[in-house]
Amino acid sequence: MSSEPTAGNPAGSPPTYVLEFEKPIAKMEQEIQRLEGLQGGSGRDYADVIAGIRGQLQTALRQSYANLTPWENVLVARHPRRPLTRDYIHLLTKDFCELHGDKLFGDDKAIVCGFARMAGHRVMIIGHQKGRETREKIEVNFGCAHPEGYRKAIQKMQFAAKFRVPIVCLVDTPGAYPGVGAEERGISRAIAVSLMEMSRLPTPVVAVVIGEGGSGGALGIAVADQVAVMQHSYYSVISPEGCAAILWKSAEQAPRAAEALRLAPQDLKRLELIDAVIAEPLGGAHRDPETAAKNVEAWVGKALRDLRRLKTETLLRRRADRLRKLGSAFIETPPTEPAPPAKVRTRRTRTASAARE
Amino acid sequence: MPDKPDAASQVRRNVDVPEGLWIRCVQCGAMIYRRILEEQLHVCPECDYHYRMDAQSRIAQLNDPGTFEEFLRGLESSDPLDFSDRITYRERLAQAKVQAGDSEAIVVGKGFIKGRPLIMGIMNPNFIMGSMGAVVGEKVAAAAERARNESLPLLMVTCSGGARMMEGMVSLAQMAKTSAAIAELDASGGLYIVVMTDPTTAGVAASFAFLGDVTLAEPGALIGFAGPRVIANTIKATLPEGFQRAEFMLEHGFIDRIVHRRDLRSEIARIIDYCNK
Ligand SMILES: [Zn+2]
Repeated sequence: MSSEPTAGNPAGSPPTYVLEFEKPIAKMEQEIQRLEGLQGGSGRDYADVIAGIRGQLQTALRQSYANLTPWENVLVARHPRRPLTRDYIHLLTKDFCELHGDKLFGDDKAIVCGFARMAGHRVMIIGHQKGRETREKIEVNFGCAHPEGYRKAIQKMQFAAKFRVPIVCLVDTPGAYPGVGAEERGISRAIAVSLMEMSRLPTPVVAVVIGEGGSGGALGIAVADQVAVMQHSYYSVISPEGCAAILWKSAEQAPRAAEALRLAPQDLKRLELIDAVIAEPLGGAHRDPETAAKNVEAWVGKALRDLRRLKTETLLRRRADRLRKLGSAFIETPPTEPAPPAKVRTRRTRTASAARE
Repeated sequence: MPDKPDAASQVRRNVDVPEGLWIRCVQCGAMIYRRILEEQLHVCPECDYHYRMDAQSRIAQLNDPGTFEEFLRGLESSDPLDFSDRITYRERLAQAKVQAGDSEAIVVGKGFIKGRPLIMGIMNPNFIMGSMGAVVGEKVAAAAERARNESLPLLMVTCSGGARMMEGMVSLAQMAKTSAAIAELDASGGLYIVVMTDPTTAGVAASFAFLGDVTLAEPGALIGFAGPRVIANTIKATLPEGFQRAEFMLEHGFIDRIVHRRDLRSEIARIIDYCNK
């Protein structure tokens, strides 16, 4: 497992934080940078050498990123330079109008909300913000929301739904915040209400897991008409480390847990739990945030175009049916199941129940 | 569970009370004759400690004698992930069936409480910690649907460690599925009563358990989202006395009433009457 990485440069510049499996790639990237530096001063022309290394680099990226283990995929999803919700807002939206506060307790900065124009639609954006620099990370609790975060999110969503403004949720959290304050202020209730209310918002809702889809804290803003997961993101019921600690009695077994949990996007698609996997640029979104953002924009744009054609009634019926069927394919009924006997019962005579008979 | 480690380990051995004719209460240490404890609905006559109950005992305790009819009996998980850790999930399910005496972590059906008909779901702590996978989610959703179709109140007696991780995201999705089913019951004007028992945590707490029109809890029940140990590790401090217990949740405004087990039937009946259901 990697230790806590140091904060990298802003998204867009070359990676300073290197994952274990990326070390050979990083070496090539450094070599290219070094040669490009020499190119101006020394009088020698390195253009051919650089082009050669670039070719090797592309091949190496393609090979290693095509065969990421589920655990390596988790590490990419957590890459400190992976674009965050605010990066996508910056890259994809115009006229972002942030809306703060849950009108009950406070303004949880772990969830960002606001109107924006995106992919040709006026939308309400709701997204976890993990934070990039140390100060921001602390301010947003590393993207772990408190109850007020979910209450803020649902308040903004209901506001948007009232005017049939579509909602775009960007999911990126290790999980809801596990702390005393969160429990005192009812984190369970806050998430439960969010799930219930999202299931009946009378406006199109789409969700994209852009990094970490950590458990109930992720699902709390991800009940939607269409759900996509980015290629190097994960979405899981429990962190691989947490699962390993419980089932293997050792957090060191996280790579095995990651595999067993089937948390990679392709597996989730196969299990019919999500609708789409959004492709990332070669080498992950952190190497080319602009392309990653364009891919998100294309998917959101199309999903919203399709959903906005539906009558609200149809939209809600479809969402309810979708939710009702989740996991139903994985239930077996033993053949011995007898038909339920038709029974006639005497019951206490009461006005209410009598009226129903 | 820092304050009651003995109680927790007893339950993990899949007995709601210690073995033997005489039992030493895990909370107060009093020696109790087993039959007395059973007559007292598995509540310590000395200190009121509420022992966990398996689903069948709970069904017998809550319902008018002989009135409960189970539906969707025998649904089983098809092991969507082909999951295995130190043992396979299929083996784990087979063991759980034997230990719990039930085919899954919840029993749903129709019953009568003091003559009032209702749809109910009773969770079983002895089946993989009452965890929620596809089958539990399906049964909860079906129970909510049945309550709506038959215009009957829905009662959920929750007892669960949360989502069942051996079903991965299929289990997390059940949080959305059950919450959406409760939303539909709510929209139809249905009454939904929740009784939280020890423990009601994580994915079950953060979905259908905390969506009741009225939320009752048994004394001392552990109720919360994150596990106490996880929180203690995060904040690097010892947790306040009584943290995440029913009394704590009442104090912080998330529970309507704490109800002694012997009073559950009359309390539920009274609420149904007040709601004209
Ligand atoms: Zn006692």
